[in-house]
Amino acid sequence: MDKILEIQNLSKHFDDFTAVKNVDFSVEEGGFFSILGSSGCGKTTLLRIIAGFQQESEGDVIIRGQSMKGIPPEKRPVNIVFQNLALFPMMNVRENIAFGLKRQKLNKTDINFKINEMLERVGLKGFEKKKVTDLSGGQRQRVAIARSLVMNPSILLLDEPLGALDRKLREHMKVELKLLQKEIGTTFVYITHDQSEALVMSDLVAVMHNGQFEQIDTPRNLYKNPKTSFVAGFVGDTNRFELQSASADTIITRGGWKLKLPDLTSRPEVLYIRPEALILNPDNHMDGVDQFDVTIKTILFDGSNTKLSTVVNESHEELLISLPQNAQFEGISEGSSLKVGIHRNDLKCF
Amino acid sequence: MDNKSNFNFTFYLLIVPVLLWLILTIVIPHIELFISSFLVEDDMGDMVFSFDNYIEFFSQQIYWLTFIKTAAYSIGVTLLAFVIAFPVAFYLSKVTTKKNAGFLMLLLLIPLWVGELVTVYGWMVLLGDHGVINHFLITLGIIEEPLNMLYTNFSMVIGLLYMSMLFMVIPVMSTLQSLDDSLIEAACDLGASKWVIFTKIIIPYSMPGITSGAIIVFMLVIGDYLAPNLLGGKNSLWFTEQIYNAFLSTFNWNEGAAFGFLLLLLSSGIIWIALKLSGQKLEKVGS
Repeated sequence: MDKILEIQNLSKHFDDFTAVKNVDFSVEEGGFFSILGSSGCGKTTLLRIIAGFQQESEGDVIIRGQSMKGIPPEKRPVNIVFQNLALFPMMNVRENIAFGLKRQKLNKTDINFKINEMLERVGLKGFEKKKVTDLSGGQRQRVAIARSLVMNPSILLLDEPLGALDRKLREHMKVELKLLQKEIGTTFVYITHDQSEALVMSDLVAVMHNGQFEQIDTPRNLYKNPKTSFVAGFVGDTNRFELQSASADTIITRGGWKLKLPDLTSRPEVLYIRPEALILNPDNHMDGVDQFDVTIKTILFDGSNTKLSTVVNESHEELLISLPQNAQFEGISEGSSLKVGIHRNDLKCF
Repeated sequence: MDNKSNFNFTFYLLIVPVLLWLILTIVIPHIELFISSFLVEDDMGDMVFSFDNYIEFFSQQIYWLTFIKTAAYSIGVTLLAFVIAFPVAFYLSKVTTKKNAGFLMLLLLIPLWVGELVTVYGWMVLLGDHGVINHFLITLGIIEEPLNMLYTNFSMVIGLLYMSMLFMVIPVMSTLQSLDDSLIEAACDLGASKWVIFTKIIIPYSMPGITSGAIIVFMLVIGDYLAPNLLGGKNSLWFTEQIYNAFLSTFNWNEGAAFGFLLLLLSSGIIWIALKLSGQKLEKVGS
């Protein structure tokens, strides 16, 4: 597949602060690429540089093989869906969507055809004459996306567009956006601080931290095989332990918890364990599984996301363990002891 | 129901001064004027009901011509005020920093503290035949004879603009402040040129502010007396001067009352037409 967007060694310095540091990546045609990071990590700056609203300090943005140096935002083959949507409040739905097309000096029939097609695609038929201020959050969302998509951009940039929606609607729009992207095949570059949005929708996710990319990978790999300590801690729920010392085949946490981990090449400093990686009541002879006892402090009931807050016996380490909501574990009570196992591959050390 | 009675007490406490203010200064004088505008002195010296005061306005060319001139100039001054005030408002709300804007706003407000009379005299000092501007131009050798600027329509318009411009700046500025910069970026992203952004986004967005500014400026200007009287020449007769003459030169209070009412009705009519033409609604302008 062709590379539609290439970012080459891009940096952006403000007075005494570097927002984006040597970022280098490419996006394939038709892909859904997400940039995930907490607020202030530089992701919005990066997006604004791609859109042309900010100038890069170093490096280059290349779209379809063409450098975007010196090309103003209105001439770039990208469109952006803003965080606050930025719908024009004095125009109705149709006028909002028509705004960009009218600038292209297309004739009326073409414009009408494109608008109708787009309205149908985003499910807003019959809303043409409505004022955008009278629409619900989800509908406004769709108008904003339609207004950008109707321009048929090479790349659609989305700046946390679901941020303002309530939880239920956000879950719904996530699925809808992914389906829409599959259907129309436009390349999406999506930035968000919400890892669930990034993981659910994307083909590839880049985790950004302090202006740099920590890892670019598929959502599954990002979760299963984090390459850096930051990614391991940032993506998904996890238990984090500072390590005190490590010998050839054992690691010891600050709280005095000893775990077997053979074939250590370097001296790790932190250990991450996902709550769902822990096996409750394991068989005695499982290969590569280290076993230990914990004492249950509290049961944090949260439906399918229920967790046990426990303390590892003979140490001060607290450990969160996922508790599947099936009949097998209904007898578990606070204060009791529990046998737990962990496979060596699920011990992520950095 | 203590809460409710409390609420009622506060409500009346606040509404009574407002009502008193309106009734004593606006309603009662207007009722008085309204009644007296329909009275004329008959041959016996008695006051009788008649439309003569109003007929006088339409039958004497000088009166309605003065009104048309006054209205036309007021519309002109309102447009000029918009042309000058809009960039100022845009600069203050979108370009400069908050701190600078506060300071510049203070500078804009100073003429208001001084009062219209003093600023009008200021303009007389500037524009007179031996005034500051002529003095400089002659000293620099650009002109030989002083330019005749004072006591003309030009000086009158300058005076009217100066005293009313701020009332355009403030409402436009407050609507522009609420204009999200991302709207401008979105328009830019969709391929709009600077001109299109200005005419299709910024102007329509600030239309409520522009309209309320225009109404205030228009009303202030059409009802102004000082600037036309002191800065305008013999030919710059303003309609308020006709009212003044009726009351204090010819002592025909009934005619003056009728003219006063006509000014109120006709200027309200012009605003109504302007609102219809621009598709604005008064309720929206107020907010």
